[in-house]
Amino acid sequence: MNTEKSVRLAYLIRRHGLDMTNRGGTSHIASIFSMADIVAVLYADIMHHDPQHPRLPDRDRFVLSKGHAGAGVYAALAECGYFPVKDLEKHCQNGSPFSGHVSHKGIPGVEASTGSLGQGMPMAMGMAMAAKLNGQSHRVYCIIGDGECDEGAIWESALIANQYKLDNFIVTIDFNKIQSLTSVEETIALEPLDQKWASFGWHVIRVDGHDHDALHEAYAQAQACLGGGKPVVVIADTVKGKGVSFMENQVLWHYRTARDGEYDAALAELEAQKP
Amino acid sequence: MRDTFTRCLQDATRANPDLVLITGDLGFGVLFPFIKEFPDRFINAGISEQAMMSMAAGMALEGKTVVVYSIGNFPTLRCLEQIRNCCAYHEVNVKIVCVGAGFVYGTLGMTHHATEDMSALRLLPGVKVYAPADARETEAVMTCFLNEPGVAYLRIGRGGEPDLSQGLPLANYRTGSAVPRREGTDAYILTAGGILGSALEAAELLGEKGYSVGVASFPTVKPIDETYLAKLCNQVPLLFTLEEHTVLGGFGGAVCEVVCGLPHSRPRVVRLGLQDTYSSLVGNQDYLKKAFGLDGEGVAASAFKALKGEA
Repeated sequence: MNTEKSVRLAYLIRRHGLDMTNRGGTSHIASIFSMADIVAVLYADIMHHDPQHPRLPDRDRFVLSKGHAGAGVYAALAECGYFPVKDLEKHCQNGSPFSGHVSHKGIPGVEASTGSLGQGMPMAMGMAMAAKLNGQSHRVYCIIGDGECDEGAIWESALIANQYKLDNFIVTIDFNKIQSLTSVEETIALEPLDQKWASFGWHVIRVDGHDHDALHEAYAQAQACLGGGKPVVVIADTVKGKGVSFMENQVLWHYRTARDGEYDAALAELEAQKP
Repeated sequence: MRDTFTRCLQDATRANPDLVLITGDLGFGVLFPFIKEFPDRFINAGISEQAMMSMAAGMALEGKTVVVYSIGNFPTLRCLEQIRNCCAYHEVNVKIVCVGAGFVYGTLGMTHHATEDMSALRLLPGVKVYAPADARETEAVMTCFLNEPGVAYLRIGRGGEPDLSQGLPLANYRTGSAVPRREGTDAYILTAGGILGSALEAAELLGEKGYSVGVASFPTVKPIDETYLAKLCNQVPLLFTLEEHTVLGGFGGAVCEVVCGLPHSRPRVVRLGLQDTYSSLVGNQDYLKKAFGLDGEGVAASAFKALKGEA
C-alpha cells in the first residue's frame, strides 16, 4: 500500500499545527498531534472530496467532533488546496475566521463548527441520516476524542445510529488515553471500549492510529461495511503529543504552547521525521 | 392547538419533499396521522434530546427542513446548547415545537412546567419565537414558522383551548406582527400565548369598573412588533404584559426592552406572570393560573391596583 501521500500530509499537519499554536499562543497541540495521522489518511487517500468543489453533492463528509484540535483540520484542508496555506497564519489571530475550535464560517471544506464536546458526532450522524433518506451513497466520517466519550450525547448517538442502521457513518475515536486533567483511566475509565461499542451494535475496528498501512486497511474495511446495516467505529490507539518526544503522553501539552527553546526543539524533532 | 399543528404540518409536508419530523419519543396519538402518511419522513430519536437536536442540525445542513417535536422543557432547556451551537450558529432550518406551554401539564409537576423557555430561546441570535394564543393563531403562524429560513421555536398548548380569534383576518399573518384584540384608552394588556383569554376577561372586568383597557396578542415574541408597541406607547400611559411564564427575559422582558429604547416619554410597564418562582403547587392549568394570579380575575385585580396608582 502506498502511504507516501498520507505520511507527508501527516508531517505537514504536525508542522503547521506547531506553527499555528505557536503563533496564536494557543493550546491543544498534543491533541492535534495524536490525530494527525488519522486526519492525513482520511484526506489523502480515503475520503472522496474535491478541494475545487467543496460542496460537491456526493463528497464524503467529515466532522471533527473533538473541535479543539481544529488546527489539524485547517492544516489538512489548506494542504489539500481548499484555501491558501498562507491563510493558516491567521489561526487564532484577531479578526480571523480561524478559531481555535473548528469553525465552518468562511472556511471552505469545513462541514460543521464544533468545540462543545458531544455535539459534532450527532451532527455528523444527522448528515448520515439525511444521506440515507436521500438515497445517497457517500459516507460521513467523524473523529471524536476519548475524553469526549464521557458525554452522554455520544452514547445517545451510538444508540440512534445503530437503530437506524447508519452503515454510512464511520466514527474514529482518537484514543490517546489522556484527557483534561489526567489519564482517561483515572478520570472516567472507558475500557473495554471495543466491547462497549460492539454491545451498542457497532462494527468495531481497532487499529494503531499512527500506522498508516494499518489505518488504510482499517478504513478499507470500514468502507466495506456499507450495506451491512451497522455503523462503524474505528478505535485508534494513539499517543497524545505523538511526534515530539517531550510532548508525548504529557497532560501539560493539552494546554501549553511551544515557545522559544521548546518550539525550536519540537521543530527539530518534526524536521527529523520529514518524509 | 396541537391538532391544528399536526394538520398544518401534514399540509406542509405534502408541499415540501425535504421536510422531516423528528420526535423525542413523544406525541402518542397526536403524531400518528403524520406517521401513517409519511412513514419515511418520521424519525423517533428516542429519549435523547441532546443528540436529537444536533442530529436535526446535521440533517438540516444537508438541506432538510427538520421539525423537532417534544413537550415541556425537553426540546428547549434540555438541549439549549445544542440549539445554540448546532442549530442557530449554523443558521439551519430546524423548527422546534414544544407542546405544553406554561402550566399545560400542571398536575405533572414543575419538571413539566414550561415557564422559562421563551426567555432561553429568545436569547439566541437568529432564533424566532412564536407563542400563538389559540388554534387559529397557530394555523396563522405555521406557514411563517415552517417556511422562513433559520431556526424557529413554536410554543403551543395541548388542545382544547377556547377559540379567541374567530373572524380575525389572520390568513396572511406575517412574522413579528401583533394582533390587536380590543381598543383601550387607559391601558393595554399585551399577551403571548394561550393566556390571552385571561387578558380579555380582565379587560371586561376592568371595563365594569370604568377603565378602558385594550388587549393585543403577540403570536410572535421574537422578532417583536416594535412598530405596534411604539404606537401604543403614544396612546396610553400604562402597559401590562401577561404571560404564563417567568416575567424575567420572556415576553414582558421583550416588551420592556423595546419600550425602554423609545426616544420619547414612555408608559409604565407592569409585567404579570411568574415572579421569579417555580410552582411546587399541584393543580391543573386553570388552578395554577388562578393560584399565581394569572386568571382573568387575578389579572384584573393586579391591573386595577396599578390603574389606581396603588401598585
